[in-house]
Amino acid sequence: MAMTTETDRSGTPLVSMKNISIAFGGVQAVDDVSIDVYPGEVVGLLGHNGAGKSTLIKILAGAYRADSGEIRINGELADIRSPADARKYNIETIYQTLALADNLDASANLFLGRELTTPFGLVDDSAMEAETRKIMKRLNPNFKKFSVPVSALSGGQRQSVAIARAVYFNAKIVIMDEPTAALGVHETEMVADLIKELKSQGLGIFLISHDTREMMALCDRVSVMKNGALVGSERVEDVTEDDILSMIILGKNPKREAA
Amino acid sequence: MSDAVSDRPNQTGKRRSLFNKLELDLRLLGMVGAFVLICLLFNILTGGQFVTPRNLFNLTIQTVSVAIMATGMVFIIVTRHIDLAVGALLATCSAVMAMTQTSWAVDLLGLAPGHPMLAWIAIVAGVIVGALIGGFQGFIVGYLSVPSFIVTLGGLLVWRNVAWYLTSGQTIGPLNETFQLFGGINGTLGATGSWIAGIVAAAAALFALFNARRAKMRHDFPVKPVWAEALVGAIFVVVILGFIAILNAYQVPERVLARQFEAQGLEVPAGYTASYGLPISVLLLIAVAVVMTVIARKTRFGRYIFATGGNPDAAELSGIDTRALTVKVFALMGVLVALAALVASSRLTFHSNDIGTLDELRVIAAAVIGGTALAGGVGTIYGAILGALIMQSLQSGMAMVGVDAPLQNIVVGTVLVLAVLIDIIYRRRVEG
Repeated sequence: MAMTTETDRSGTPLVSMKNISIAFGGVQAVDDVSIDVYPGEVVGLLGHNGAGKSTLIKILAGAYRADSGEIRINGELADIRSPADARKYNIETIYQTLALADNLDASANLFLGRELTTPFGLVDDSAMEAETRKIMKRLNPNFKKFSVPVSALSGGQRQSVAIARAVYFNAKIVIMDEPTAALGVHETEMVADLIKELKSQGLGIFLISHDTREMMALCDRVSVMKNGALVGSERVEDVTEDDILSMIILGKNPKREAA
Repeated sequence: MSDAVSDRPNQTGKRRSLFNKLELDLRLLGMVGAFVLICLLFNILTGGQFVTPRNLFNLTIQTVSVAIMATGMVFIIVTRHIDLAVGALLATCSAVMAMTQTSWAVDLLGLAPGHPMLAWIAIVAGVIVGALIGGFQGFIVGYLSVPSFIVTLGGLLVWRNVAWYLTSGQTIGPLNETFQLFGGINGTLGATGSWIAGIVAAAAALFALFNARRAKMRHDFPVKPVWAEALVGAIFVVVILGFIAILNAYQVPERVLARQFEAQGLEVPAGYTASYGLPISVLLLIAVAVVMTVIARKTRFGRYIFATGGNPDAAELSGIDTRALTVKVFALMGVLVALAALVASSRLTFHSNDIGTLDELRVIAAAVIGGTALAGGVGTIYGAILGALIMQSLQSGMAMVGVDAPLQNIVVGTVLVLAVLIDIIYRRRVEG
């Protein structure tokens, strides 16, 4: 079922989050969870709404700070306190809600927080638009609306802006939080192709989704969470869709129980 | 926005495609249209008294103070905040500047009262106080998460009475003569200086247009046809030079001239006339408008203001420090309030206790009439200035016609609500 060759997991993981915990006002949103991803690997995070997947991933993206636990990038302890820090470690995130400023155009969004500037320190809109046109030609050749606010774009077009943002800045680690949730069939395929391309370039990808079948197709491994805790991490070739579903629903790992 | 419209070409036909070619903002045209309509209406009602060089000159200098603050209010509202304290803060800044030049700096530095340096020291002191108080309010909003509505509602009371406290409630004046140059009629460039300023401004506008076109062509982006570009340039030049011509047409009255010459022990030569020309306060407003427009469109700071207004979460996730941004936006508002205080108090030639009263409403109205969306993320500097001009022309016009004071305020309040209603309908049409 896995789409590509076996990932080499003998070396150091690209990212390793160890014993991460975070609580919000008494609710233990993430409880002592450890996950990792190797270069060229896609790791899927599954679980019900409120299982803690997005929270866990937002800790890696710098949006939240963990109460305890550590993050290692290439084996070295990483100190991620803000989204800007995460970007320094070449971690790029594509959020479920897209995280685009609706009132700005595609290139302003693509470069948001990292604008190209002229020698006078002013933002260089023409240069940014030129770069945006280049990357869009690669990702979504039909994309033409460069000078309108992204609120005027379709879901797929908006998603390609969000993806362009992750790809443009030489990400090494990409986090995708339900990247296909709002997309049609064709656009979903586009995202799947992109994930494969990024994977072949040796990036590490965390993918969050509710669609178990899609996850089986795209991921090398899946980690299932329930009520903030990790139920288990399995290679997709070792488990069936039913196994994963029972992990999600019952919070039990049937493979391990049987053993 | 114009491109969003162009996706539905059948709906509006040829006229809109002309606008698209010119890339002119329909909203801007609407506001200019409203302003022209108001002018014509009052000109008829006053029997030709409204559209005269003298009245347009007065209208301009009356607008400056509110217009300067309105440019800052655009940023405040774009970031989804509000500042109700600008009128009161204006009083505090005005009080600080008045006290500095008449008392504090005189005592502290031993300068003779009326020394030109006192004016500059006072201005610097006022601007610093404005920035600090603005930044302080921004800190409470951004870092302590108290809604800006509450912080500045409190500020409205606090700063009004700080001003009172500083001056013991007294009227302070007359203000320094150098200081008074920023008030309007007491500081103008004269005919020649105004023409020079106008020609420089027109050249700068053409240069900016040319530069923008060149930048687009360098990257092979589509550009407007040359005739459209030339037409826009021509409009700019005509508007700028026409404005200067109107101001220059306002002659200094004979008795004022006589007084000026008399002060130097001279007589007015026969046939001698002089124009007021461009007031320094208007020059200040133009400078503020240019700087604020550059900030809005060409700096990271401005980009982040609009991004934060459009989607605060996205801005934060993009690594933008929205808290620090809030402090900066409010501090900038404070600086602009201080400049407005300079213009307002020097126009009166004294500081009075009630200076700036209700200015918060005028400023917010100007920004909103100028197309700033209270939902955040949308607004322009030129719109806010035009909004201020429309408000002021309504008010001046009604005063000239002799409309009762209560009725004037009723009309202004109604116009504010109507303007927002029209804006909402317009947006629904364009974006819906």
